[in-house]
Amino acid sequence: MFRNQYDTDVTTWSPAGRLFQVEYAMEAVKQGAAAVGLRSTSHVVLATVNKAASDLSSHQRKVFKIDDHIGVAIAGLTADGRVLSRYLRNECINHSFVYESPLPVSRLVVRLADKAQVCTQRSWKRPYGVGLLVAGLDETGAHLYYNCPSGNYFEYQAFAIGSRSQAAKTYMERRFEAFNNYSRDELIKDAIFAIRETLQGEKLTSSICTVAIVGIGEPFHMIDQKIIQEVIDSVEIKEDAAAAADQAPAQDDDKSSEAAPMDI
Amino acid sequence: MALRRDWVYENNGGTCVAIAGSDYCVIAADTRLSVGYSIYTRDYSKICKLADKCVMASSGFQGDLKALQKNLAARHLIYQHQHNKQMSCPAMAQLLSNTLYYKRFFPYYTFNILGGLDSDGKGCVFTYDAVGSYERVGYGAQGTGAGLIIPVLDNQLKSPSPLLLPAKDAVTPLLESEAVDLVKDVFASATERDIYTGDKVEIVVINASGIRQELMELRKD
Repeated sequence: MFRNQYDTDVTTWSPAGRLFQVEYAMEAVKQGAAAVGLRSTSHVVLATVNKAASDLSSHQRKVFKIDDHIGVAIAGLTADGRVLSRYLRNECINHSFVYESPLPVSRLVVRLADKAQVCTQRSWKRPYGVGLLVAGLDETGAHLYYNCPSGNYFEYQAFAIGSRSQAAKTYMERRFEAFNNYSRDELIKDAIFAIRETLQGEKLTSSICTVAIVGIGEPFHMIDQKIIQEVIDSVEIKEDAAAAADQAPAQDDDKSSEAAPMDI
Repeated sequence: MALRRDWVYENNGGTCVAIAGSDYCVIAADTRLSVGYSIYTRDYSKICKLADKCVMASSGFQGDLKALQKNLAARHLIYQHQHNKQMSCPAMAQLLSNTLYYKRFFPYYTFNILGGLDSDGKGCVFTYDAVGSYERVGYGAQGTGAGLIIPVLDNQLKSPSPLLLPAKDAVTPLLESEAVDLVKDVFASATERDIYTGDKVEIVVINASGIRQELMELRKD
């Protein structure tokens, strides 16, 4: 995986037709703390794991409000994420100013992707080391996109990025077909469940996760920690009531999914 | 005298008034939009909510007012993203002044009055000229009817009046309801004599519980 010959410059191709610097940037995303996004026809939920550098420091902000109808969750170099959030906010404000209407989500992700692509084709730049889950609502409905450091973007029903995100993806792969009809609260619950999968045994509390939602009639906002804790508690009570047998198959799933490579 | 063909402004008339109280602020403006001796519409709002506790009313050229309002709204959104809170009224006042002076050599043809609550919850009113010179006052009026209204306010609101030097109080000791009644009275009087003022007056009151709005009919002639 680590070919040292062709990976010095982002503008150097490898003989196999790969840009290693871009792939290394995507590696940075995989190392960041997890973020998940889920979408129904009327709402989109983002949830992230808050990693703190140490017990003494505050948690890093990984969810940003971009506009009333758009928010992003990031994984990877949070400094790059902050800068890109500022760019996205500016784009939304400028569009609103000129057209007196909210910027459609698909237009925003294209601009973001183009901005990321520029950094893959200039020798004096480096790719952004952050992946963004863009959640938004516009005239065409609710959308969830994933923007990659490579400049690619895809639309998803549900997605997870960051470390141990495969566990969350496996969890959501089993359920995503029903997401479109989920109510707002079911979506929030499943987002928190998906985050719990990435914690792999660590205790889930409202202090280590951030959940945000945007939907029809509901501008983008973070969900109060109290409400998150209530959802976690209600889930925990149900689980304690169910047999420990539920836990065993879940663990087997995670082991096999870790082995499978993540393709882009 | 050569004919000037580059006059890009238009005065749409109208009057704005604001009064600051100890825990409230009243901002009012009529709703008539005119050009020359014609009325374009009887139902045009000159008042814009810029922040939670900050409202701006302006008379003058409404095209420039629209542009100015949009500009300030966008700047406020940026402020909120950066500081995670709403702009205070005195902060917005400074921003408005800077925005106006930025176009010192092609001004916004607007005569603005900003009203709201400061960080202590006290009413504040800021009055401006077209290029951003501003001052915090206890009450103010701008527009075509201002000359008819200011002397009455000087007389009725005694303590914050600059006629008593130094001003005894920064804000009027009147109650909120008394201030609103006074505003309705002065507008009714200004409507009698100023052709550009009339139709309706939109009164906005800001206090600790929020912002409320009422409309009062005025003479339509």
